[in-house]
Amino acid sequence: MSRKRPAIQTLMPWLVVFGLFGAWELACIAFSVPEFVLPRPTVVFQTMAEFAGPLWQHSSYTLFTTVIGFALAVIGGVLLGLAVGASPLVYHGLYPVLIGFNAIPKVAIVPVLVVWFGIGTIPAIITAFAISFFPIAVNVATGLATLEPELEDVLRSLGASKLDILLKVGLPRSLPYFFASLKVAVTLAFVGSVIAETVASNEGIGYLMLQASSRFQIPLVFAGLIVIAAMGVVMYFLFAAVEGRLTGWATRKTEFAEVE
Amino acid sequence: MHPFVELDRVSLSYGGGTLAVDGLSLTVEQGQFAAVVGPSGCGKSTLMKLVTGLMPPTRGGVIVDGQEVAGPLKICGMGFQNPTLLPWRTTLRNLMLPLEIVRPHRHKLRRERAGYEAEAKRLLASVGLAGFEDKFPWQLSGGMQQRVSLCRALIHGPKLLMLDEPFGALDAFTREELWAVLQDVWMERRFTGILVTHDLREAVYLADVVYVMTARPGRVMSVHRIDLPRPRNLETTFTPEFGRLVHALRDEISNVREAVR
Ligand SMILES: Nc1ncnc2c1ncn2[C@@H]1O[C@H](COP(=O)(O)OP(=O)(O)OP(=O)(O)O)[C@@H](O)[C@H]1O
Ligand SMILES: [Mg+2]
Repeated sequence: MSRKRPAIQTLMPWLVVFGLFGAWELACIAFSVPEFVLPRPTVVFQTMAEFAGPLWQHSSYTLFTTVIGFALAVIGGVLLGLAVGASPLVYHGLYPVLIGFNAIPKVAIVPVLVVWFGIGTIPAIITAFAISFFPIAVNVATGLATLEPELEDVLRSLGASKLDILLKVGLPRSLPYFFASLKVAVTLAFVGSVIAETVASNEGIGYLMLQASSRFQIPLVFAGLIVIAAMGVVMYFLFAAVEGRLTGWATRKTEFAEVE
Repeated sequence: MHPFVELDRVSLSYGGGTLAVDGLSLTVEQGQFAAVVGPSGCGKSTLMKLVTGLMPPTRGGVIVDGQEVAGPLKICGMGFQNPTLLPWRTTLRNLMLPLEIVRPHRHKLRRERAGYEAEAKRLLASVGLAGFEDKFPWQLSGGMQQRVSLCRALIHGPKLLMLDEPFGALDAFTREELWAVLQDVWMERRFTGILVTHDLREAVYLADVVYVMTARPGRVMSVHRIDLPRPRNLETTFTPEFGRLVHALRDEISNVREAVR
């Protein structure tokens, strides 16, 4: 990402965002859309300023649960990915179960979590975990499993053990896959924690939005949505930057830190 | 001279019941450079796997260095058409890879790294890659990558080098250049070599003995001794003797392919 780009390319995302907000604003005025259906962006931003305190408090809570759930997902996803990618036996045994688990809409498990853990932080963390560990596991496993057979032959005829191959080739090779999965998984983790908060919490941005909508404070609902989106974007680019720094060789860049 | 690699009536059938080689016998002497040619799909790559112990024969025996092969050899150098370098490692660190694996080097590497690196640099220089130690594979041309791959197969001083169409993906000029490079290292180190190739001129240029295989299931059909003096060079390839040898191989392979149809 550090290579020089034309200024227009750097500006483009901002232009698009402002363009979207502008179009939204104009459409609301042109069709005189009532505020309780779709508030204009200016109104939303006013509301944001007005409710800055509660928004900050609830969004930092959401960020907290998301990061914890995501961190657990990284640990769980990597371990599972390693097991599945390194052992065909584990792969064949777990694959159908994993697919099945992934097919379950995570909102469906929140009520169960509430029964087990009550209303609050833990269901949100678990939901964030459950929704985001799968892509991490799949990507780590893919990275491990894409070992060229010829390279494997070269190593085995040198007397390399399975562990040698895993450490020297499998892990470094799966790093780009791993980092690519992180940026996707972190946005999913937000989805998970917000879902859980709207169903079973009395804190967090999801809870705030639910409260606001039940009081017909639609601008506040939209303010919450924009905060979530902004947090997601920031986290995404944070991990995209980490990815770019650590796995530049996968995209053939000339300046990057060597891994391992 | 005593035999280093011996295959005694070896057969191998793959899982699906494909009989890849059947009754394959061949002997390569210590320090000899052998080439194996044959029609596509006749079991040449299978032969590589049998000799290196990557696959056990279904029938028959494989002996390398006086020992029956029971599992993967632990000291063998291998090279393929695809250089299979690790893209996240520099040239030098790619070369060090076998040293991180092969005993006893892996235990000495930490203490004697400087010595090993000097050795690796010397080897790189001998194939014309001095100064490329810190380049990544994707910063090298295909021919350069293949040189690195060759060095990687030799860095730990193996007694056996197995090459499966190592120069198959290179242009004619680069390929002929690398023949000379390979011959030089071989003449210096005198390891035992087995080279699988489709290029009959390559086989005659490099080998002391050329084995011609039949179509699948592969067996050795004939053995040609190549007694051209060494070091051979491009001039050698224009001599009548060289032409005659290539022609004889060419005819045999054509016959094999005709017989299949
Ligand atoms: N893993 C495998 N499973 C099943 N059959 C295989 C496998 N590998 C090779 N074969 C079969 O064994 C035969 C010999 O294959 P091999 O790769 O040894 O041929 P080859 O002489 O190296 O061919 P080429 O010159 O095209 O590289 C082929 O008919 C092929 O279909
Ligand atoms: Mg082959």
